[in-house]
This record gives sequence, structure tokens and C-alpha cells, in this order.
Amino acid sequence: MARTKSKPAKRKPAKSATKKVVKTAARKVAAKSGNGKAPAPVKKTASFVTLFGMKIEVERRGKGRPIVVIPGEEGLEADMPFLDELARKNEVIIPWMPGFGRSERPEWVASMDDVSYIFLDLLDALKLKDVTLVGFSLGGWIAAEMAIKNTTRIKKLVLVDAYGIKVGGKRDRDIADVWYLPAEKVLNLKYVDTRHGVFDYPSMPDSKLEIVARQRETTARLCWEPYMHHPSLLRRLHRIGVPTLVIWGEKDGIVTTDYGRAYAKAIPGARFVSIPNAAHFPQVEAPDRFMKELTRFAR
Amino acid sequence: MDAWHFTEMPYPHLPDNSTIPGIRVNLPNKHLDPKVAADLYNRYLDEHLLADELGLNCMLNEHHQTATCLDVAAPLSAAILARQTRNARICILGNPIANRANPIRIAEEMAMIDCISRGRLDCGFVRGVPYEVFGANSNPTMTLERLWEGIELVQLAWTSHDGPVNFEGRFWHKRTINIWPRPYQQPHPPIWITGSSDKENIKKTARHGFTFAMFLQPHEKVKEMFDAFRESSPDENPNLKLAYMPLVYTADTEAEAEEGAKQLSWYLHAKTEAQFRNPPGYVPVSFNVNALKGKYSGRTDAVRSQGMDYLREQGVLIYGTPDQVVQQIERLQNLLGGFRHLLMMQQAGFLSHERTVRSMTLFAKEVYPRVKHLGIDVPERKVA
Repeated sequence: MARTKSKPAKRKPAKSATKKVVKTAARKVAAKSGNGKAPAPVKKTASFVTLFGMKIEVERRGKGRPIVVIPGEEGLEADMPFLDELARKNEVIIPWMPGFGRSERPEWVASMDDVSYIFLDLLDALKLKDVTLVGFSLGGWIAAEMAIKNTTRIKKLVLVDAYGIKVGGKRDRDIADVWYLPAEKVLNLKYVDTRHGVFDYPSMPDSKLEIVARQRETTARLCWEPYMHHPSLLRRLHRIGVPTLVIWGEKDGIVTTDYGRAYAKAIPGARFVSIPNAAHFPQVEAPDRFMKELTRFAR
Repeated sequence: MDAWHFTEMPYPHLPDNSTIPGIRVNLPNKHLDPKVAADLYNRYLDEHLLADELGLNCMLNEHHQTATCLDVAAPLSAAILARQTRNARICILGNPIANRANPIRIAEEMAMIDCISRGRLDCGFVRGVPYEVFGANSNPTMTLERLWEGIELVQLAWTSHDGPVNFEGRFWHKRTINIWPRPYQQPHPPIWITGSSDKENIKKTARHGFTFAMFLQPHEKVKEMFDAFRESSPDENPNLKLAYMPLVYTADTEAEAEEGAKQLSWYLHAKTEAQFRNPPGYVPVSFNVNALKGKYSGRTDAVRSQGMDYLREQGVLIYGTPDQVVQQIERLQNLLGGFRHLLMMQQAGFLSHERTVRSMTLFAKEVYPRVKHLGIDVPERKVA
């Protein structure tokens, strides 16, 4: 009888995962971020994890303690310089929700609640521990929905200009209606310097534009009614039992600092930070101050 | 060929176009004088009664939050006509089923109108044009799915006769469906669907045996869509289930015709803010990719900015003396490969009651008899 080698089984990658190495493109945003530094490129990997029967795309960068970043509804965070800076000392993990990036989107995915379970499964599938979970805008809503359910793998929570709660009454518009308002108005609510929000779409390849269009469609699909919130989320936030930082751009016109403070107030022990000279994207318009707050908290 | 009179029932007395963001969705209703609206409603309904007397059919549609259309509830106007007309068929084109809360209610309304009219109802269902999602707060990414589930539910209600039935769909749950009355026509009123560029939808319409209608589009585009319908239709003569709407103005002289046609064209210049014309996910990703590249600006822009000669050449606007109108209809029938239903927007904008009446009368008496035979022959065999 032939003797088989006894070797410890090589740790298998997650089921149905395929790995691709994706090189970053040259960064052209140094001027935008205003600090004059040209960031060194960071190696990114992208792979797919199957959760709830669908393929979810996950990007990973850097090494160290895990920071899971859930992008906003425009998916812009993945290309922002601050993320690469974070990846110098941490492992940054960016999951793309169904309908975003190259993640599949089955018909039954109908709400942020659904997405929160998918991402909680993701934390399990990747066997992450002591995660700092950072959610931007729509991603903040998802992060909150996750945290009220299960923080076993989550050590800290950061919400940045997050959607998801209703604070006012029937007649109040807590969150500016980004579909009803003209595009120009929306841009002015999102940015102090609107140049940050102007993108040269005609110059982008179709593959990128498909992602942009699909993400817009997905956001509408999941957030049309009730508009950008879950009626019960505010009353569930008390369940979040991990240290929480709520960061807001002082001039955010989509969700104001009043809204942000109400969010923070409902999370036990949460700290609220308002960043001046920034609107809906403090990580773009005041990146130094933003990173200072984030890294100090995530330490 | 069946000829149908139509007006969107506009309220044209508005501030100058340059002073308002748009006519649809967000133009404050303080600009509407209810006394004027009352006059307009009654006038438009009178014109439909005239259509009935003249031997034309009546078509109605429904829109919301817009000065272009005061008919916010087609079942209401259809019910009025059901009671007040004698011979005309009455087509609702269409019930915005995707944007209404309860398809069972629609099934009941249609059954009631069908009974009151003694079987003269043609029942259309529409997805609703893009800007409608705002008034209804209807999810733009799901209107197509809601349309087809709604139609399924209405047909179920119309054709179930043995006591309550159950339906637990994706959008609607109705557990004891048993409508009283049931439709007058058997198995139910003919169903019509409208469309513009979605070929899959057109094929589905054909396979279901529904009538397919298009509006105010260049003839090449219409022909393309009509051909898609013909290819998928199981009928020996698919042309009997095709409908097209141009603007139509018939006058005693060419000069008068041109005046009237100009007034009809008001409809094409109605302004709507950009964000209402293409809400997210209303059209497929591929269309929106083109939009991001600046290559797609909404469904009717091809037509909006053109002059009258172009519109006439494209078959969007038909106008002239009776002889000229006959000739243009013959040409359109040839270009489109034959279609049974000519839907005619014979009133729009500021076109007065007097002009509308004259145009309708001239059409009915001096045009229609000469074109009635068109559009109903079996088309040439489809290529295999």
C-alpha cells in the first residue's frame, strides 16, 4: 500500500472563489485632494465570494488589522486616495453589495436589510475578527443595519454621512431627494467645491459606465420607498454595543449635521464629529482631518 | 381602418415657457384656474361626443401632475363616454397599472364601464412614461415588472367565475378575488399595450394577443417596432392589432391647415426637467451607458426640436386639405406596412373648439370614407 504524505492540508480559499490580481491605474487625484502628495500605488486584489447563492465581489488591499469599508451609493470610495493611505497600515476590505461593482444581484434582494445579512455572512466567510466597519453614505446605512444585528466580528463602527434613519415627521424631508432635485442642485448639496463631483463620463470605458449605471439603478431599486431609510432603524440603534464614531461633513446638504447628531445620539456612547469645509464627502474635501479622526479611532 | 379621436385634454394657459422649469411634475397647481379647467373638461368631452356622432371612435389616456393632460383618471372619462355615446368604441390607452395601487380595482372599473357601454370598451395598460413615477412614488426600476404582474392579475379577475381565487404575486397579494360585475365582452375587453423601444416587451405583447400601439415617432422607428410585433404574432393578420398615433389636422385650405398644425405641435414642445425624463433604472443599463456618454437624451427628443415639414415627412404630423390628408395616410400605411388603428390627436394646446370641430368633421366626412379600407389586409407573408 502506497504511503500518502501527511502534510497539513493547505488552507483552502473560500468556496467558489476565483482570484484575480488587479493593478491600480495611475492616480490623477493628487491635485483634487489638495495635499500635493502623489500616493504610491497599492496592490489590490479582487475576488468573488459566493453568499446566499450569489457572487459578491470583494477587493482587498494592504496588510494588518481588518478595516471593512462599505462604499456609498456612487461607489466612489474605492478610487479615493484615503483608502490607499489606510491600506499602508491595515488590511482594507471593500465588499461590493449586490448590483454594485461586479457583484450579482438576484431579484430577491429587495432591501438594505437583505444586504446587511449578506455582508454579515461575508464577515463569516472571510473569517474576519475585530473588524473596524466603516460605512459611507448608503454604506453607512448598511453598516448600521449590520451592527444592530450582530457585532461578533465587529470591534468598532464608523458611520460617515450615513443614510438610513427617519428623524422628522410626515411632512419633513430628512434626506434631500436626490432623484427629484435637478442634478446641479444635488451636486451643490453634496460638495462644497462641486468640481470634486464632476466626472468625465464620456472618457470612461463602457465597462466602467455599465457599473455606474447599474449602481444607480440598484440604489433606486432598493431605496425608493421608504426613501433612503428604514422606519424602524432609529429605534433599533440602541442595540449597537461597539464603540462608534459618527463623522459628518459640516456642510452636508443631503443629510445635515442635525440628522447626523440624531444618529449618533441613538447609538450608546457614540461620538459625533463635524468636519468643517466639507459636505457629503469629508473624506474627499477634508481628507487630512478625516484621516486623523478615522485613524485615531481605529487604532 | 378604425379611426379614433383623441386629445390629452391639455390646460395650455400657462406662464411663458422661459419662466417655468417645466410643465410636468413640479409646476405649481396655483397656475390652474378651476373655472377654466371646468370649461375645458366639458369642452373636450363634448368633442368626444361629436366623434361618436361622426362615426369615429374615442381614445382616452391618463397622466398626472401635468398641464399637458387634465385626464387624471381615464376610467372616469371612459365612464362618462360609456353613458353618453352610442356607437363609438372607447379605448383607454392606458390604465397606468404599474403606478396604481390595486389592479383588482382596475379590473372592476373596466368591467363596470364595459357593462354600461354594452361591450364597447378597449382596455389598454401602460407602464407609465418616466416622469409618472414621481407623482405615484412608483419605483422606476420595477414598473415593467409591475405592469405584467398587474395585467396577469386583472385577467385572472376578469376570467374567474367560480368563486374566490387566490393570487400571491411579487407586488400584490389578493386572496379572495371574485369581482362583481364581470366584463360584458367575452372573455374580456380587448387589451392594448403601448411601447416605444423595448423589443422584448413588444414580442411579449404579440404573443399574448394584445394590440400594440405607438405614438408620435419617426416612421422608420415605428416600422421597426411593428415588424418586431408581426414576427412574434401568432395571428394570420397581425396588422389588425397594430395602432399608431400621429397629430392630425384637416382643414379647408392649406393655409388654415398649417395654422392648425402649428397649434397641435404645442404638445411636442412641452418642457420637462431632465431628472424627470430619465429616472434611475427606468431604461436598461445599456441605454443609460449611452446617456452617460451624452448619446441618449430621452425618448422623444428625436422629434421635439424639429420643424413641421420634418414632422410631416416623418409621419408624426399629418395636416392639410382632405385630399392631402388622404394622401398622407395612404403614405403612412405604406411606410408602416399596414395597421388597423389610426389614433388621431386632433386637439392639442391652444387649438380652439371651433377649429377642432371643423377638423374632426372634415376628417370624418371627406377623409375617412376614402381611407377606411386601408390597413386591414393580411400583410405579405413573413420571411421565414
